[in-house]
Amino acid sequence: MMKNKPDEEDYWNSSKFKAFTFDDEDDEFSRLKESKQAVNSIRSLVEEEDDEDEVEKVSWSGEPVGSISWSVRETAASNQKTQREHAFPKINASSPSVSRSHSGYSLSSLFKGKTKPGNFQPFTDSLSESSVKLYAPELRKPKSESKDYISDWSPEETIHRMQQGKVVSLERFRSLQDKLLLLDFSVRAHDGNIITAVILFTLTSIIRVLFRELESRQTALRHFIHYLTEIRDHRLLLELLSKRRDFLKSCLNLPFSPEESAHVQDHYTLLERQIIIEHAGKVEIFQKFPRRASILNMPLITTLYYCCFYHYNEPEGTYSSPLNIRHTFRISEKQYFVTVLAARAKLKAWSDLDALFTSRNWLGFTKKKSPLSFHRVVDILQKNSAPTQVLQEYVGLVDDADLRIGLAQKHKCHDIVINTYRDLKDRQLLLGYRGKVERGSAEERKINDLLDSPHIRWKN
Amino acid sequence: MAHSGRRDSPELPDFSLLKRLARDQLIYLLEQLPGKKDLFIEADLMSPLDRIANVSTLKQHEVDKLYKVEYKPIISTSDQVCFLIRPRIQTVKWICDVANADKAAGKFRRYKIIFTPQKFYACEAVLEEQGLFGDVTTDEWAFYLLPLDDDIISLELPEFFRDNFLAGDQRWVRTVGSALHLLHSIYGPFSKIYGIGRCAKMAYESWKEQVEEGDTKARQAEIGNAFLIDRDVDYITPLCSQVVYEGLVDDIFRIKCGCVEFGHDVTSSDKSVKVMLNSQDKVFSEIRNEHFSNVFSFLSQKARNLQTAYDKRRGMDIKQMKTFVSEELKGLKQEHRLLSLHIGACESIMKKKTKQDFQELLKTEHSLLEGFEIRECISFIEEHINRQVSMIESLRLLCLLSITENGLLPKDFRALKAQYLQSYGVDHLLTFANLRQLGLLVEQQPGETLTVMESKVGKLVNDKTAGKLTDAFSSLAKKSHFRALSRKLNLVPKSDEEYDLRVPRDMAYIFSGAYIPLSCKLIEQVLERDSWTGLEEVTKLLNGHEFAFTGSNGADLRAKSDAQRIILVMFLGGCTFSEISALRFLGRERGYKFIVVTTAITNSSRLIEALLGNKV
Repeated sequence: MMKNKPDEEDYWNSSKFKAFTFDDEDDEFSRLKESKQAVNSIRSLVEEEDDEDEVEKVSWSGEPVGSISWSVRETAASNQKTQREHAFPKINASSPSVSRSHSGYSLSSLFKGKTKPGNFQPFTDSLSESSVKLYAPELRKPKSESKDYISDWSPEETIHRMQQGKVVSLERFRSLQDKLLLLDFSVRAHDGNIITAVILFTLTSIIRVLFRELESRQTALRHFIHYLTEIRDHRLLLELLSKRRDFLKSCLNLPFSPEESAHVQDHYTLLERQIIIEHAGKVEIFQKFPRRASILNMPLITTLYYCCFYHYNEPEGTYSSPLNIRHTFRISEKQYFVTVLAARAKLKAWSDLDALFTSRNWLGFTKKKSPLSFHRVVDILQKNSAPTQVLQEYVGLVDDADLRIGLAQKHKCHDIVINTYRDLKDRQLLLGYRGKVERGSAEERKINDLLDSPHIRWKN
Repeated sequence: MAHSGRRDSPELPDFSLLKRLARDQLIYLLEQLPGKKDLFIEADLMSPLDRIANVSTLKQHEVDKLYKVEYKPIISTSDQVCFLIRPRIQTVKWICDVANADKAAGKFRRYKIIFTPQKFYACEAVLEEQGLFGDVTTDEWAFYLLPLDDDIISLELPEFFRDNFLAGDQRWVRTVGSALHLLHSIYGPFSKIYGIGRCAKMAYESWKEQVEEGDTKARQAEIGNAFLIDRDVDYITPLCSQVVYEGLVDDIFRIKCGCVEFGHDVTSSDKSVKVMLNSQDKVFSEIRNEHFSNVFSFLSQKARNLQTAYDKRRGMDIKQMKTFVSEELKGLKQEHRLLSLHIGACESIMKKKTKQDFQELLKTEHSLLEGFEIRECISFIEEHINRQVSMIESLRLLCLLSITENGLLPKDFRALKAQYLQSYGVDHLLTFANLRQLGLLVEQQPGETLTVMESKVGKLVNDKTAGKLTDAFSSLAKKSHFRALSRKLNLVPKSDEEYDLRVPRDMAYIFSGAYIPLSCKLIEQVLERDSWTGLEEVTKLLNGHEFAFTGSNGADLRAKSDAQRIILVMFLGGCTFSEISALRFLGRERGYKFIVVTTAITNSSRLIEALLGNKV
């Protein structure tokens, strides 16, 4: 201590630093009125150097302040490759660019407690606050000097200082009670950054106890969970994914709710099934319609669609038959219809659709039925560019007359429009529609025939 | 009466200062690294960075090459590399990989990480863990606020929503407090600050603490009042389809950092163009807040005017022609370009919307908001799911159904969930868990169909116990009381009345007259009353956490005219362009000017995407 004195005086007498020191001190103290007393009780150097004292100690991570980072930064500043061990305050003084250093923003802020840019003075102001001087004494002061003083920070003050990016000592919080007290103050400060930091730096050493204690501290617990999620090892996860099947099997034993475990069970069955389907099927259809992707890991309905596309007519006994899938996974009628419809329409297999919708009653009459309203059926068909005759058939099945006419007009199903107008006995509308069909076409002739027909009693 | 300087439209403060501050600090940080260096920029920081600086700014400060952070080995040859990133553990891990790979290869480099807007202890812990603490140095770039327009400021932190509301991680609370503090110290002091929501309250406290830490200089206030609101106070509004032009453009083309990329279907050429959408665009600024149905007629009128202006050339003599070319032509050309772009955009929007049965979709949404024909809505949603239409749209509709109906009947819930999982994959079990946690998609518990009176009483009891049990999981206990709120605040205008969208009579115009956004209605009510008094029942239904504080020097500023009518509204968790349009409307009606500060611009897709759990 004594032998460092000349150096020190040198240092503090440098006007360059004094100017900045003043600002800094001012700033610092306005914020730390309470700590002032503690500071005063320590005497001598402290008044100007409370920050240095802290720096000298340990960082929040418990790492001794070796100032490697500082050294590296200095090196960068002076643009020469000095050795790290030689990091010495003098370099600071000799380098003007550093004297204006904003090192508070760098790593060093952890060590020495520069204010964060939280007070938003104009930039120039905050930039001119030198923090360089903070490093100077750190190497010279015996550690014991400031120890008590630093350890005096209460949990609340410690949290407060961490928020400002100032140096703290978390080492002293060794009893569980102290640690938890610190944690509770961090939660009270509503600063996730600090909550996670406290868990990380003081509590992971007592991880078993931690789980118990966190149960009653939900906010902290959620921070911990989120942290664990974030640091996940991607490689491990990828490995898991490749072993997805086994992984899911093991999941089945997890305490899922009954409803959810049924979904997972289904998924497991589906994956098994997909592996079989992936390699099944006749070559011709795949040549005609090459697959764009593997079916593995696709959703159930996509699998069903795939099977409707490539395996439609297979007997129900085969695993790849759509009916088998429908049965195994208890797919609702509507869902099944929609999927078959989309797949067969894509292949333009209109006759399959015909069969799909046709049901026979006990007298042997056939009737078209659909769990999906027919105007949606038309919509799907039209999106798959079904020809007009096909569209016409399904438009004709739409119950609601207005909707039917609208669809028929949209899709140019002239017969339906004409017949509907005829049934409505609406001569005016029919006349109007004549203007919309092609001249000389069969439709025009049909309209003319109707208009001339003596059998119809027009209402207008 | 045509003069623009209406007494009741105060001037907005100049926010370009914020950009300058950010730029200056970035330059300062770069100067801390003398010599040539390569700069790696995180993908989602590129656009914000573009708004405040350009490559030549960086080059001037010895940035040699610029790279995007891509999470793969780097190819830089520079011996100094700098990383400009968000404080995310995964990015820091990647940087550690880079540094360790260099070490293994015997390559010596200097590494610097600049975290923005701040660094987190957890990120530095990664450096420490990897033995690189010190070898990799860190800095902070306090780039909190990016002005996107005259009246929109964004924190550009979309992850705020998920981190805060889903993960329950409060890492951004102080950031928001700091952002507020920055605004307060430059444009304040605020005379009054209102808010609602847990996070809003915490942000307020963080801000207040920072105010007390710093010294406040007496200044002429440019912003009068501030209003903080959590996104979870109102999920309905961001879940609705947007039909105001700017919102619609965002829904369809995704506006990114105030800029949109129009593809070839809009430009009708083989190139796509990037267009800044803000008040500088004279065409856009006139249509951005309009209901889409008005935009066409406006644009065609505009096109006719343009034609007339061009036609003036005929019959001009040389001298007149010269003046025309030098004074008017450039403006006309510019306008022509903008007009054709927006017309192209409208066409493209129409095409896309017709294709997806937008009309029917809107009908369903409106029925849900009104609580009308719910069965039909459910079967519409079911078909949507069955047809595997859009994973996001289906979820959006399910959430709307759940919130408006205060949960789904168990039978419906199970059937829809099962079909959803079958259509889009079982991985979405996690999505459902997420949505449940936020109270966005829930199953009604047996015996939950209570009368209004019963639920009110129950609410009082529940609140106490829930509050005691846990406040972090409060969203679990949270119920939607949309119907009751809707009645109390008159959110859904009577449907039998004609609503003239060209002459909007209230904020409902942003949803075709079907619904007044809850968030904006709350703001309106509080400003009108100058407090929460009289809104007790409403706040109770919203789970409380409302507050109102008068600034220390509020009293003497009350007299000061204009600034008092400038109101800062801060959305924690994102706001939509529709809400901004609604506030602009409210401002015009009441003689306020709103400044919207948001953690990010959001819309239904972004909101739902943030909650997807299927990407393991």
